[in-house]
Order: sequence, then C-alpha cells, then structure tokens
Amino acid sequence: MCDTCGCNQPPDAVTYRKPGGHDLPHRHGDLEHTHPHEHPHDHAHPHDHDHPHDHEHPHVHPHDHDHGGGRRLNVEQDILRRNDLTAERNRGWFEGRGVLALNLVSSPGSGKTSLLERTIRDLKAEMPLTVIEGDQQTLNDAERIAAAGAPVLQINTGFGCHLDAEMIRRALTELEVPPHGVLLIENVGNLVCPALFDLGEHAKVVIISVTEGDDKPQKYPAMFAAAQLCVINKTDLLPHVDFDVEACKDAARRVNPALAFVELSATRGEGLEGWYGWLRERRARAAR
Amino acid sequence: MHEMTLVAGILEIAEERAREAGAARINTVTVEIGRLAGVELPSLIFCFETARLGTLAAGAELAVRELPGRGRCPACGAEAEIDFYAALCPACDGCLEVVGGRELRVVSLDVD
Ligand SMILES: Nc1nc2c(ncn2[C@@H]2O[C@H](COP(=O)(O)OP(=O)(O)O)[C@@H](O)[C@H]2O)c(=O)[nH]1
Ligand SMILES: [Mg+2]
Ligand SMILES: [Zn+2]
Repeated sequence: MCDTCGCNQPPDAVTYRKPGGHDLPHRHGDLEHTHPHEHPHDHAHPHDHDHPHDHEHPHVHPHDHDHGGGRRLNVEQDILRRNDLTAERNRGWFEGRGVLALNLVSSPGSGKTSLLERTIRDLKAEMPLTVIEGDQQTLNDAERIAAAGAPVLQINTGFGCHLDAEMIRRALTELEVPPHGVLLIENVGNLVCPALFDLGEHAKVVIISVTEGDDKPQKYPAMFAAAQLCVINKTDLLPHVDFDVEACKDAARRVNPALAFVELSATRGEGLEGWYGWLRERRARAAR
Repeated sequence: MHEMTLVAGILEIAEERAREAGAARINTVTVEIGRLAGVELPSLIFCFETARLGTLAAGAELAVRELPGRGRCPACGAEAEIDFYAALCPACDGCLEVVGGRELRVVSLDVD
C-alpha cells in the first residue's frame, strides 16, 4: 500500500493540472514511483524519559490466536518516515537551487489565494514566483494565480485533507521553478492535518483572518507551534468584528514564543510591506 | 482523515519488518502516540481495523501506548507534564516549550 501519494484512493483521485492544460498523466508503478527503502535496524532507543501516564489500549480479541512460538521484533520507526524522507529530498532540491519554499496553511477562506494573487502582482517583476495550489476539488485557485501572472500547478487531493511530500516531489517534476526564486505552496484549507506533514519547505506560514475567532491558536495549537510566521489577514474588517489582535497574538505566542506576526489586508493592501519584508529576508537567506 | 495515512504508514513499516524477519503473521503492532500529536485514537484504531485486511497484520491488534505531553521551561529549566500546548511554568510563570508528546512511532511487533 502506498498512501503518501494518495494512491490508496480511487486511482484518479489525486490529479495534477495546469490552467488551460490537460490533466497530467497519473503515473503509477513506473520509475517516477520509487520509494526509498531504509533498512530498519534494531537499535535500542534509550528511553530516558519515564512515562508515568502511559495508557495501554489493549484490544479485545474476537478471534483465537496461537501465541505459542511467537516472538517480539523491535521496530522503533517513525510512522511518517516515508513522508519525512521524501520531504528531505525536496529540501535538498530547494537548497540545491537556492529556492525559498513556503507552505501556506489556514482554514478555508482566510485569504491564502488572495494574498498570493496580490503578492504576485506586486513582486513578480522583482523575483520569480511559482505556485503549487492544493485543493480537494477545483482548478479555481490555480486560475486566479495564472491570471495574476505566475506559473502554477494545481494538485487536487480528492478526499485527502493535506498535501504530502510525495505530491510536492511529483509537482516539482512538472513545474519550472527558477533558481533563487520563491515557491509558494497553498495547502488544503485545514488547520489540523497539514501540521503533521513536512513538505520540505523552509517555513510554514499560518494565515488567520479577523473574521475568525481570536482563540484559533488555542484551538489549533499544533499548527501555530509548527509555523514561523503568522499572517493576520482582513484587517480592513477590524472595525466591524470582535477580534482582539493582541489577544490572538498572545495566545499564539504561548504556543510558539518565536512566532513572528504580520497584520495586513490582502485585498486592500494595508500592511503588505511587513509580509514583503519577511519574504525578501527569507529569500536572501535561502539563496545563499 | 490523516489517521488513514498514519495507519498506512504503520502497516507498511510492520509488514516490511515482519517479512525481513521471515514472520508468517503479525499478532500485535505496538505504537507510541504522543498526546500532542493531534491523533484521534478511536479513529486510528478504526482505520487500522479496516486497513489491516489482506496484510500480514490481518488478524493483528493495534496496541497504542499514549505518551504524555512534556514541557520544559526555557527560563528556569523546570519540566512538567502538559496536555495542551500553551502551558505555564509551574515554577516561574514562563511558557513551557514542548519537549515530548508529539511521538508517532512503531515500537515493536509480536509475530509468529
Ligand atoms: N475584506 C477582505 N476580504 C478578504 C481579504 N482577503 C481575502 N478576502 C476574501 O475572503 C474570501 C476568501 O479568500 P481566499 O483568498 O479565496 O481564501 P483561501 O480559501 O484561504 O484561499 C474571498 O472572498 C476574498 O475576497 C481581505 O484582506 N479583506
Ligand atoms: Mg485558496
Ligand atoms: Zn520556569
């Protein structure tokens, strides 16, 4: 079974498309599809922490087992190792080209695509920007990105609730990403699952809009803990909503003291300089 | 949804290890799941019971060891058990950094 590329779904569930183009063939079982195999070795991991509250969840066996002659095999492997290995390959790919890769995560509707559109219009003359769009179903976001003027590949994950490293690896074979450019990856709108899946990006950028609750960082701590930058979007609506920017930042800082913040309005343009400044600084670092 | 992805990872690791050791079948797969890893255990077990069919672990149970969240205070070094991220230091009111509880690991297999 191979789940990292979504192929345990119906065969055509994950698709890769470019606006105006045809579906790219979903290659299965060919060279595109090698998965590095590590050999698990039985090393005893020293467990220096004690687990005073381990809960075993034993399962009632509805069937008989002959446990005679049974033996125990040590494994000690990370469940996400395949994703993590592929993410490391992607990271090497970005490093080799001096490309800054960012993973944009948020709830649906926080303004990821709007921020990308605006960023492309403002910065495309200054730096090469390429976009990977993750969405369960449609090509809509990719069309908006293409209209804004950046090369884009749409990944439709079907039922999948997150992008994974294999999807990005595959996308990188279909997309031209210029050296020293920026790859902006819009993840599927979801603040839970994408936190677990490293894509090989330099940083996760979490976007929250002021029409959401300012307690989002408490509700989705894993995502705010994994991010390096938090964009607070739709500040033009602040006069109309009950959103306490400082309370939101405090809650996020308690989860992640190192988190940086930018407040902006992607559609009106206020505050964008903070985001562009962060982007330029990170791009310069990645290009070294 | 991502519990199905995790189960696929668990089964792949388990089958690979069992085959390598020449085992005929897997009776128990023991995993460690940190309480801050964002995994729904009932959903994980439900997915396992669906996905194990047709694998060497077809009759196996999933034994889940839940590991507690642990935080350490960057200011004073105190450690405490935490069950949510934003935990305050019991000694100095600093914010604890998460140092444990995000584990997602296959620990061992019982096989024949
Ligand atoms: N008022 C206001 N609306 C915004 C802003 N940014 C995005 N929106 C609107 O929010 C909706 C969802 O935006 P979209 O970019 O598609 O969100 P995504 O699902 O995160 O990609 C759209 O109707 C946008 O026009 C903003 O800064 N201010
Ligand atoms: Mg979008
Ligand atoms: Zn302290």
